[in-house]
Amino acid sequence: MPRIFAYIAHKGGVADDSAAELAAVAKKIDAAATLTAVVMGWGAELDSVCNAVRGSYAEVWKIANESLVYPNAELVRKALVKVLPAGGVVLVTHEHFGIDLAPGLSIKLKAAFVSDVLEIEGVEDAQLKVVRQEFGGQVSAHVRCDISSGAVVTIRPGAFKPLESTPVSGSVNDKSADVGVLTASRRYLQTMVAESGDVDITKHNVLVSIGRGIQEKDNVAIAQELADAMGGALSCSRPVVDAKWLDKSRQVGSSGKTVKPKVYLACGISGAFQHLVGIKGNPFIVAINKNPKAPIFQVADVGIVDDLLEFLPELTNKIREMHGVSAK
Amino acid sequence: MEILVCARRVPDTSENEITLNSAGNDIERDELVYSVNEPDNYAVEEALQIAARIGGNVTVVTVGGEDDEEILRREMAMGANHGVLITDEAFSGSDGLGIATILKAFVEKGNYDLILTGVQAEDGGAQVGGMLAAMLDYPFASLVNSIEVLEGRKLKISREIAGGDKEMNEIDLPCVLSIQTGINEPRYVGMRGIRAVASVPIPTYGASELAVDPRSVGGAAARVKRVDYFLPALGKGAEMLEGSREEVIDRLVGLVAAKGGLK
Ligand SMILES: Cc1cc2nc3c(=O)[nH]c(=O)nc-3n(C[C@H](O)[C@H](O)[C@H](O)COP(=O)(O)OP(=O)(O)OC[C@H]3O[C@@H](n4cnc5c(N)ncnc54)[C@H](O)[C@@H]3O)c2cc1C
Repeated sequence: MPRIFAYIAHKGGVADDSAAELAAVAKKIDAAATLTAVVMGWGAELDSVCNAVRGSYAEVWKIANESLVYPNAELVRKALVKVLPAGGVVLVTHEHFGIDLAPGLSIKLKAAFVSDVLEIEGVEDAQLKVVRQEFGGQVSAHVRCDISSGAVVTIRPGAFKPLESTPVSGSVNDKSADVGVLTASRRYLQTMVAESGDVDITKHNVLVSIGRGIQEKDNVAIAQELADAMGGALSCSRPVVDAKWLDKSRQVGSSGKTVKPKVYLACGISGAFQHLVGIKGNPFIVAINKNPKAPIFQVADVGIVDDLLEFLPELTNKIREMHGVSAK
Repeated sequence: MEILVCARRVPDTSENEITLNSAGNDIERDELVYSVNEPDNYAVEEALQIAARIGGNVTVVTVGGEDDEEILRREMAMGANHGVLITDEAFSGSDGLGIATILKAFVEKGNYDLILTGVQAEDGGAQVGGMLAAMLDYPFASLVNSIEVLEGRKLKISREIAGGDKEMNEIDLPCVLSIQTGINEPRYVGMRGIRAVASVPIPTYGASELAVDPRSVGGAAARVKRVDYFLPALGKGAEMLEGSREEVIDRLVGLVAAKGGLK
């Protein structure tokens, strides 16, 4: 079995939640593996990250380099290529940084590449058997990846139950000297924090959320009316923002807001994982979708197969009646 | 600026419900509606806007078969100067690495300053752009949602990171960028526009024109292979409310009220 390495994302001295998930993935690939965490960065916070992952990883490779003070994927890649042996399996979390780093890393390591893995079904004859999703989660696929000359594998955040950390703690090896000077043709400048909009959807208990199924800008009003009747706010999925029908501040998901409502009405939203990761706190989810096979029905508490353009106005009328406001 | 956009024709998930075929090992391919992969279309629009601002040419390339010509014509109707179809028996069944290998050979025949791809296609791979850049030793940035051309063969770009925050970077040309949806508002293409480019010849390239070793690409060389499609066993799943719309609404209102969802 090849050696397994996990690239640990971290911020402000805290390891990302996915660190323990990657450890669980590694154990699923090889229960007997000696896991190695690779922690790169600069400054005192690097040591706290190394310490934090010692519970789940037998070995921690610490790489301190001033140019890695911000994780620029090009610099991280160059550093990894210097320290990683050939033929290993490298695990990276599938989020904005992993998407930036992993494909190019696989080329430089001459390793196979498979992305956004949801499940590991074992290794057979140097073939890693994994499960992925395609078409926005509408179907799953069994995929085989030849790991005989190593592999870079990106892992969907939240898909694996984190490995419980043990009281035994791994050793920290400082590999900084192997890296040397790093230069990049892409330079990080600054991070611009998303603007907050007129309505803060993260503070509402009731969200009426619309997706591409709303079809036209003019239809947004029917969802707004329902949100008003319910005393909630209007949120949405990404295509609604891309089409400029609602402001970015209304978007729920990995590249939008994380919301914690009590009730979430998903109207014409298919249920892609980038959307679902933005819904936290285990709300009561109602899905209204005309496709009975939409993935959203797998995560919703209550499902309704109907045309939202007809259903929502009738629901609004009913609620207004209950509140003693005469229906339109 | 010479700009190359790599685009792909895919089943359109906003037009189709993707289901399994009766054998249960592939998706049902009858009557699928195809279109250009959504982020690729944003990439073409971005290329056109850059060319309009500072001058230049936009070439759209796809690796595929005859059927894929339609997306090249569509993007030419948007304003792309050239469409190129890369096609060869030997290319079929290529994995991401194979496609990147083929595209690299094509890029090296030209003189491109900027290469754009979409963030990902329907398989969610998000891989070809990053691989291509690494093979060419060009810098790469993914999830790009704004581009500004600077003096001295550089761009200022933003990447979309968690929570909608933007990571600003400076990147040297030539480079490869993967474009995120929402970066612009792609222009509308009517039937008229498509008809206007219907007879423009589309050059094709195969393995020999590109000097790609057929053994390095295609199904036999692929290290990553999809075995089959399936639908995972459902978890608990939603309780489906059935009956007349009125009955459904009555039950729904009761359930939502019990969860504190009505003021
Ligand atoms: C890096 C990255 C980050 C992303 N970040 C986010 C994010 O933060 N948030 C996000 O939401 N997405 C995000 N996405 C996009 C995500 O992958 C999906 O494409 C998106 O969530 C799909 O939105 P949707 O469900 O509204 O549209 P679709 O998937 O097109 O679904 C539309 C649904 O509406 C239904 N429908 C259509 N008409 C009707 C009708 N009349 N009545 C009832 N139902 C109808 C259809 O059956 C379908 O299920 C991201 C993608 C990437 C690659």
